[in-house]
Amino acid sequence: MINKIAPSIAHALQGLTNDQTLLIGGFGTAGIPDELIDGLIAVVQERQVQGLTVVNNNAGNGEAGLAALLKTGCVRKVICSFPRQADSYVFDGLYRSGKVELELVPQGNLAERIRAAGAGIGAFFTPTGFGTELAKHSDGSPKETREINGRMYVLEHPIHADIALIKAERGDRWGNLTYRKAARNFGPVMATAAKCTIASVHEVVELGSLDPESIVTPGIFVSHVVQVPRVATQGGGFKKEA
Amino acid sequence: MAYTRKTKDQMAARVAQDIPEGAYVNLGIGMPTQVANHLPQGLEVILHSENGILGMGPAPVAGQEDYDLINAGKQPVTLMPGGVFFHHADSFSMMRGGHLDICVLGAFQVSEQGDLANWHTGEPGAIPAVGGAMDLAIGAKQTWVMMDLLTKQGASKVVRACSYPVTGLACVKRIYTDLATLEVTPQGLRLIDAVDGLSRDELAQLVGLPIHG
Repeated sequence: MINKIAPSIAHALQGLTNDQTLLIGGFGTAGIPDELIDGLIAVVQERQVQGLTVVNNNAGNGEAGLAALLKTGCVRKVICSFPRQADSYVFDGLYRSGKVELELVPQGNLAERIRAAGAGIGAFFTPTGFGTELAKHSDGSPKETREINGRMYVLEHPIHADIALIKAERGDRWGNLTYRKAARNFGPVMATAAKCTIASVHEVVELGSLDPESIVTPGIFVSHVVQVPRVATQGGGFKKEA
Repeated sequence: MAYTRKTKDQMAARVAQDIPEGAYVNLGIGMPTQVANHLPQGLEVILHSENGILGMGPAPVAGQEDYDLINAGKQPVTLMPGGVFFHHADSFSMMRGGHLDICVLGAFQVSEQGDLANWHTGEPGAIPAVGGAMDLAIGAKQTWVMMDLLTKQGASKVVRACSYPVTGLACVKRIYTDLATLEVTPQGLRLIDAVDGLSRDELAQLVGLPIHG
């Protein structure tokens, strides 16, 4: 019998090792897998994991969640679109002191690079970022460009990951998932791009009770489902964004 | 001659006036968000939010906020009947794929060729952040900019070439400002309208570039 319902977050994170790449879902207050991040921090501290690359839209707020993960010192590199926020001081400090490397990626290119990884695409040409500072590699050399039908494009590569942590709403033991409102954001795309995808859900339901027409992430993309208590998502921490 | 600058509300109303029924529109963070307040009641315009919403409605009444239902500026919003949710790759496909009709963005500078600078001041030591700005700039069928024409120091933000790092090249179609509305054409800037009392010649002097009628 297939049973992807994990007894604990630590159990689901058994495969975590040094230097892995982790996709972490969420945008603003919506879809951040807070409980999974807390569980990750506990495992990182217990096993003294180092050298992680974290992919998220942002780079943490305040002291909790992703910021707390950064604070442990286990993250070597952040790949994101919007690191600078009113309260992103943990990232700011680590970045300015050279302890964390930043790869800044336009949000749509970020989503598409993750999608490409999940879809088995080798690389793709995108118009986004052409002619800008972000059409350069970290060493300053230009990324490959090409004119296609009169328009200019930049070659971008997929972002493959070892582990994805995403937040869903409901799941079953085959790993089929549904989401809630705009908390869906990066979840379905990230689920496809990691060797091991761990989804938190607020409800575990019987196999067959999710409407097959409404399942957003088919279980083939999901390794572990962890049930977490429902907590109302809260505001705050995002009010002064540029 | 004396003239009066448009208020932010008047600028938002001016932009709203040009949005046709049935348009799929993304309103950027900041000033462009206010355009929604000026769309006539009953006009069906479908608002897109790049975090994964089509058919976005206004802010909820106090106490009804749902922080799983937020806009790209991370403020709580509502969903109109017929509204839908989707993931990020689909959301940005709607832009990049040319499905979105209009995108309204703020800007630091726009060049006379329509180059846009709105993501980074390029100051040394500043941590850059881009979000969806570059995707939006080149994604919509039409990108409109909404900004004050002049900086606080009186320099034109419509320029021959952007001095700030660019967000996208030759992507801006119209520039809505507190003094005039301009169209970016292959022949250069064209005046659509200006505030009362401001002539095309005076405007061209303020901007320092030729402006066609």
